[in-house]
Amino acid sequence: MTSPLAQRVLDGEHRAAARLMRLADDGAPAARQALTELFPHTGNAYILGVTGNPGSGKSTLVNRLIKSFRATGSTVGCIAVDPTSPFSGGAILGDRVRMQEHADDPGVFIRSVATRGHLGGLSRSTPAMIQIFDAMGFDVIIVETVGVGQDEVDIVRFADTSLVVLVPGLGDDIQADKAGLMEIADIFVLNKADRPGIKRLEREVRTMLSLHRAAADGQTTRPPICLTTAATGDGLPLLVEAIDDHRQSLQRQDRRQRSLTQQAHLIRAIARTELEILFEETATAPQFSALVADVVDGTTDPFTAADAFLAALLRRNDV
Amino acid sequence: MTAPTTYRILIGKPGLDGHDRGAKVIARALRDAGFEVIYSGLHQTPESLVRTAIQEDVDGVGLSILSGAHNTLMPEVVRLLTEEGADDIFVFGGGIIPAEDIPGLLDAGVKAIFTPGTPTTDVIDFVQTACDEKYGVQESGE
Ligand SMILES: Nc1nc2c(ncn2[C@@H]2O[C@H](COP(=O)(O)OP(=O)(O)O)[C@@H](O)[C@H]2O)c(=O)[nH]1
Ligand SMILES: [Mg+2]
Repeated sequence: MTSPLAQRVLDGEHRAAARLMRLADDGAPAARQALTELFPHTGNAYILGVTGNPGSGKSTLVNRLIKSFRATGSTVGCIAVDPTSPFSGGAILGDRVRMQEHADDPGVFIRSVATRGHLGGLSRSTPAMIQIFDAMGFDVIIVETVGVGQDEVDIVRFADTSLVVLVPGLGDDIQADKAGLMEIADIFVLNKADRPGIKRLEREVRTMLSLHRAAADGQTTRPPICLTTAATGDGLPLLVEAIDDHRQSLQRQDRRQRSLTQQAHLIRAIARTELEILFEETATAPQFSALVADVVDGTTDPFTAADAFLAALLRRNDV
Repeated sequence: MTAPTTYRILIGKPGLDGHDRGAKVIARALRDAGFEVIYSGLHQTPESLVRTAIQEDVDGVGLSILSGAHNTLMPEVVRLLTEEGADDIFVFGGGIIPAEDIPGLLDAGVKAIFTPGTPTTDVIDFVQTACDEKYGVQESGE
C-alpha cells in the first residue's frame, strides 16, 4: 500500500514533492514512510554534482547545463545548497536567480536548500531530495553544493559525475586545496576563462594532476580540464561533451559497485541522523537530569553514567 | 498540519522595474530573524513566481513592486496560487503603492501591504505572525 503523499510524488505532482522535501528537510517522522515507499522507484537518474568556491560561477554554469540537458529532451531536477547563517539559523537562498529562465518549464524543478548547520557542503536532507527527484522520474539531477574545504565534499559520495569549478585569481594559497580536489573531481571546470590568469590556473591544475596521478598507483585516467565562460556560454559544448563521456564510461563500469558505494554512504548518513535524534531525545529526558544529579552527588561517576546513557539510547528508552 | 522547523518565504520581483534594494533589505531582515528566504531575482512573471513558490514549498510570498503595476500583478499571483490549489501560501506586498489602491489589493486576497517608510520590524512581525497562524502556533517565542 502506497501512502497518498508517496503516490502523489510518484504521479509527478510538484506540490506533493515539494512538501515531502520540506518534511525531509525538517527531519519530520512523516517523511520516513514516504521515502521508504519511494525507494523501489529510484536508481534511474543520472546525478551530477557541481562544487566550488562561492562566486566561482556554479549557478550560472548549472543554468547553462540545465539548458543543454533540456535540449536533448532530458528532464532536470536541481538541488541548490546555500549556507545557513550561524547567527540566526536563517538563510538567503539566491542560486535560483541565475536559473529562473527555467521557472516556466515543467520539465525542470529547482529546489533551494540551506545547510542548516550540516558540514560537507550539503544539507542533511540532500540524499532524500535526490531520492524524491529520482522517484518522480527526473532523468538528470544536478546538485550545486556549497564550496568548502577539500576534505568535506560530500556530494562525490552521491554523484555519478562530480564537477569541481575553479576560477583564476584566487592566489597561491589555494594550491593546497587543489591537491584534495584531485580526489573528487571527475572533471575540472576552469570557469571565468575570460579573466586574466586563466592560463596560469590551467598550468597549475595540469601540474597538480600529473604529480598526483604519478603518486597514485593504478590511476590511469586523468580528469579532463574544461575552460568555460559560464557568463557567455563559451566552452560549454566541450564541457557537455566531457560530462557525456564520463557518463558513458560509467555505464560501462560495474553499476553494482557504484551502487554499493552510494548506498553505504546513504545508510551511514541515515543512521547518523537517527542517532543524533535519539541522542537529543535521551539527553533531554528528565531521567537524564536525575543521572546528572547522581554524578554531582557522588552516587555514580561520569563514565558509568555515560554507559547508562548509551544503554538507554540503544533501548530507545529514557535513561 | 504540524509546524515546520523553519519558515520559508519567497521574495519576488514581478514586472519590469529594476530596483531590488528594498527586496534585498527585507530578504536580509527575514534571514536575520531566522527565516529561509528564497530570492527570485528581477523581472519575474506571476506564473514563474507561483511555480517557484510551489517548488520551494514556501509559507508566504512577498512581492516588491515599484513599477506601478501592483494592481494587476499582485492579484494575479493570488489568483494563480488559488488556481494551483496553493492558496494556503499567503501573499504580501511592498513598494510605492498609493493609499487608495490598498483596499482593493486587500480585497483581492493580498494579506498585507507595506509602503515605503514602514519599519522592517513591522514586516518581520507580520510574516512571523502569519506563519504562526497558518500552523496554529500559539507563541512566536523561539
Ligand atoms: N567574468 C565572468 N563572470 C562570471 C562567469 N560565470 C559567472 N560569473 C559571475 O560570477 C558571479 C557569481 O556567479 P554565481 O553563478 O552566482 O556563482 P556561485 O556562487 O558559484 O553559484 C556572478 O556575478 C556571475 O555573473 C564567467 O565565466 N566570467
Ligand atoms: Mg550559487
